[in-house]
Amino acid sequence: MMELLAGPLAYLVFFLVIALYYALITLGLNLQWGFTGLFNVGVAGFVLVGAYASAILTTPDDPGRIGGFGLPVPVGMAGAMLSAGLFALLVGIPALRLRHDYLAITTFGIAVTLQLVALNLQVLTGGPFGMNFVPRPLYDELGGQGGWNLAYLLFVAALVLLVWWGLARLTASPWGRVLRAIREDEAAAAAIGKHVFRFRLEAFVLGAMVMGLAGAVYAHFIGFIAPEDFLPILTFQVWAMLIVGGAGDHRGAIAGAVLVWAIWTGSGMLLDLFVPPEGKAQAAALQVAGIGVALCVVLLFRPTGLLGRRG
Amino acid sequence: MILQQLADGLILGSIIALGAIGLTLTYAILRFANFAHGEFLTFGAYLALLALGQFQAMSTATFGPLSFGWPLLASLAVAILATAGLALLLDRLLFARLGRAGVAIAVVMGSFGAALALRNLLFFAFGGEPQYYSRAIQIALPLLPRSVLGGVRVTPDQLAVLGITVLLVIAMHLFLARATLGRAMRAVAHNPQLATVTGIDVAAVVRWTWIIGAGLAAVAGVFAGLTVQIRPTMGLDLLLPLFAAVILGGIGSPLGAVLGGLIVGIAESLAVPLVGAEYRAAVAFLLLILILLVRPTGLFGERG
Repeated sequence: MMELLAGPLAYLVFFLVIALYYALITLGLNLQWGFTGLFNVGVAGFVLVGAYASAILTTPDDPGRIGGFGLPVPVGMAGAMLSAGLFALLVGIPALRLRHDYLAITTFGIAVTLQLVALNLQVLTGGPFGMNFVPRPLYDELGGQGGWNLAYLLFVAALVLLVWWGLARLTASPWGRVLRAIREDEAAAAAIGKHVFRFRLEAFVLGAMVMGLAGAVYAHFIGFIAPEDFLPILTFQVWAMLIVGGAGDHRGAIAGAVLVWAIWTGSGMLLDLFVPPEGKAQAAALQVAGIGVALCVVLLFRPTGLLGRRG
Repeated sequence: MILQQLADGLILGSIIALGAIGLTLTYAILRFANFAHGEFLTFGAYLALLALGQFQAMSTATFGPLSFGWPLLASLAVAILATAGLALLLDRLLFARLGRAGVAIAVVMGSFGAALALRNLLFFAFGGEPQYYSRAIQIALPLLPRSVLGGVRVTPDQLAVLGITVLLVIAMHLFLARATLGRAMRAVAHNPQLATVTGIDVAAVVRWTWIIGAGLAAVAGVFAGLTVQIRPTMGLDLLLPLFAAVILGGIGSPLGAVLGGLIVGIAESLAVPLVGAEYRAAVAFLLLILILLVRPTGLFGERG
């Protein structure tokens, strides 16, 4: 058993945990964009807040910075959702009353600002060196590296199923119908007496909380976080996942996340194999440029997504 | 000290202002927030660098105390033309098609994708190392002696940037107020249906909006390269201040964008001793949230 968990199988487990972490974020974005039509360009910022909040709450006391409160991991995860939700309120309240593009601009702004804070507010975040010793619960009890990773995969899979089930119930409820009504025709929804701003804000905050939870999931899996884990490229990958999977479809969001992450890591490995070390940074830039072009091409030719349909 | 910060803020602000004019025009006339506008600045800056290498083979003379001469001005012209061409190409390939589909936000997403692709292609082509138009070190001239509130020192290049910006803003204002095309642009921004009915060639207005907006962005990019440095992320770093300036000034108001740009530039510069240089971009964000809460139409805006 343990031998099997080394080598390719261990890599598969690692790959799947990260893919499901992306799936969680994509589910959050799907609620915002797929169901409510809210264009969030600051996905990475909300994931960052969740990761850091949980890390600050759960790491052991560190004399070099504020906290390390040593609280249990579930408290950290709850804190992650709460703080991501709070930042969503901060952005949503001024921006959601206005036209769509304002939300795009303000979410872009908050992601830039949070990245700056993570990088520079060393007394809280550890600055560019990041935060180490984020607890991995039951690490030794579950057999360290291999066994624990597998257990964590099961945990994250259960979490994804739970969030999927919860979001599916919500979006099938009358509340979800109002969201779709707002997405399709805001004026009509307002005319039948729906408080458009409130529904939008609720969907936006809830989606951000799922993203925050995903951040915590990442932090407790790797055990170490740094600002460069949450660069704008993360926002892009998640958008690509949602668009490939088909916005407005929970299953598609999950499938899109796994598929795009597979393509991403696969092309990364190919680059590693064929590109000499000195050209790596530039090859990686070409990989990212490719995602940008692909996004535009999908928008132009398959605006409803590659796998699913919007509905 | 305070005067020096104001002067630094004014120079940064004039670069933001030039970029913001183009952004506010495209926002008002084409009706979407163009996230690729920052990359227009970067593209212009690199194109000028590329052209400069060619022109400097012909002449390396500089104007008096300035670090540059005719070669950079010629490169600036090349950069303006190339960036305008790039904007027209993007419009043709992407924005116009997405706009026709009728989903407003699809165009914004497209611009986001185009920005990512452009930025990384520039990184691929030029590498991530900062580059400069001139390696010469300029001596800052004392404009005011140290005894007056700490004094003001500026480099000749910074003065030139300020001067050219003032000229461009005046020219832009006269063009929009007096020229037929400028008035047509304002009409389309105000009410596209009515503009079409009155016989305005909307397609031509759209074309010229891209040319002017991208051209000014190229100038802003070259100025940012001249006073700071040229990097693949320079436009991305300026995008938040640009949007803050546009919204502060009111979408569709070029003079508002100029004023907004100066306010953002000065606010960032004044905030540096308070919160440190690393939080500059956060200042633009706070200004943005504040203006959205207090007066979302901006200082001179008409539409919400």
